Amino acid sequence: MTDRFRDKIIPVTTVLLILVAVWYVAAVVMNAPFQRDLNRRAGETPDRIAFIGQTLSQPKPTLPAPHQVAQNVFENTFLRRVTSNRSLVYHAWVTLSSTLLGFGFGTVLGILIAVGIVHIRTLDRSLMPWIIASQTIPILAIAPMIIVVLAAIGITGLIPKAMISTYLSFFPVAVGMVKGLRSPEILHLDLMRTYNASRAQVFWKLRVPASVPYLFASMKVAVAASLVGAIVGELPTGAVAGIGSKLLSGAYYSQTIDIWAALVAASVVAALLVAVVGLAGRITERAMGVRPG
Amino acid sequence: MTAPVVSASNLSLTFQTGDGPVSALSDVNLSIGKGEFVSFIGPSGCGKTTFLRVIADLEQPTAGTITVNGMSPRQAREARAYGYVFQAAALFPWRTIEKNVGLPLEIMGLPAAEKRERVRQTLELVNLSGFEHKYPWQLSGGMQQRASIARALAFDADLLLMDEPFGALDEIVRDHLNKQLLELWARTNKTICFVTHSIPEAVYLSTRIVVMSPRPGRVTDVIESTLPRERPLHIRETPEFLEIAHRVREGLRAGHSYED
Repeated sequence: MTDRFRDKIIPVTTVLLILVAVWYVAAVVMNAPFQRDLNRRAGETPDRIAFIGQTLSQPKPTLPAPHQVAQNVFENTFLRRVTSNRSLVYHAWVTLSSTLLGFGFGTVLGILIAVGIVHIRTLDRSLMPWIIASQTIPILAIAPMIIVVLAAIGITGLIPKAMISTYLSFFPVAVGMVKGLRSPEILHLDLMRTYNASRAQVFWKLRVPASVPYLFASMKVAVAASLVGAIVGELPTGAVAGIGSKLLSGAYYSQTIDIWAALVAASVVAALLVAVVGLAGRITERAMGVRPG
Repeated sequence: MTAPVVSASNLSLTFQTGDGPVSALSDVNLSIGKGEFVSFIGPSGCGKTTFLRVIADLEQPTAGTITVNGMSPRQAREARAYGYVFQAAALFPWRTIEKNVGLPLEIMGLPAAEKRERVRQTLELVNLSGFEHKYPWQLSGGMQQRASIARALAFDADLLLMDEPFGALDEIVRDHLNKQLLELWARTNKTICFVTHSIPEAVYLSTRIVVMSPRPGRVTDVIESTLPRERPLHIRETPEFLEIAHRVREGLRAGHSYED
């Protein structure tokens, strides 16, 4: 336990404290010109300590101070009903639902593409360049088009956002699984050949189990990409709910604290998603008898 | 004499590599009878492993003919005529020892009850009873290799192909496994083809020793062992044993195996 304290908690806390300190200094520096201007017009001349206090408590600061963001996050997470339009839990849930749907689609699609590439030579040659090209297109450019096109054929709401998540999340899974399904050693493949095993048997008894670590590693990347996709999907639609809509309305009305609070909510959701996938991976590996540690 | 288990005539295999063709096997003629324990010995590059892989249909000869149980190697493989033990244990890390040994039976589609019984018997044969539910990483290298031998024995093929199975183990473990392998061979009366680069190992185990030499890979000598089938470990200090070992060494020298 003390080892864990020394090896993990102390380094992480140290970095966190340094970041917070830098953030406070930056907040004072960046909010100072506006505050100075304000004070001059009002004819006030506060002393230095009071001035710093003022820069850290503006209602619409250029850069909100950490405690302002923390207070906003706390109020909008714990003090509001979850059905309220101002609740971060509500908005996070809206984004989370399309993230999960898109992630599910993306993972299945990625696995199917990988299975195809590994087993069908033509797909190996033809599909990979297109898959890589698909990820060079900026998602911000293609997201509005997907939403507009789908809206024109009557599909709105969750599905278009989930499709953007799918678009981002299938890629790491496909690439990771191609590698994973090809990871068995020659020796193991030779062994299966001496048993005259069919392709299906080689797939299910050797390639699939060998690919499991690769699957979870790529799913961690994919779930974070899915969240980004869901948020981006909320931006061009003028969505009324979701973390993306919070960011957008915050930007319209210069509610910088709200924007930062929404960003915090997004990163908390991302961290939780990655942690859940990581945990699922560890449980699976434990069940498969992987050496612990 | 009964029909040979393995019969090769004028067998050649040339690999096409980036540096031009490499002759791995050249004009090999050999016949292996039922119940024999044949060792293949020679320096690396002499084609001993390649010959084993040709028997197993893992490599295709470029000239000559070979039959396994009177069939082509491919037919023999499809009939699951042999068990193959590789240099490394090659156990699947996500399967317990029981599941690893049961793998070939699973692929052949044996009923669960029969599979369990066969796995139990085979693990007993290699003295691994009680380790059924361990994962490979929980076993020592020697035990892992024994599990891989059990896996090759599980479906009871009459021919056992072993490619330097004890090469990566220390000498004490190796002695022990050599003794166990002889006992197993005596009990099951299988035909064993055994690749090694250890002269004492080859002499101790074999009824016949095939000496091979490289560039091109070929058979330079075939030595019949005069040792009795019953072989305690200390037989290796008898004059008869040393005489055979000497002949193997001479065979290797004649094939220029000691030159650079």
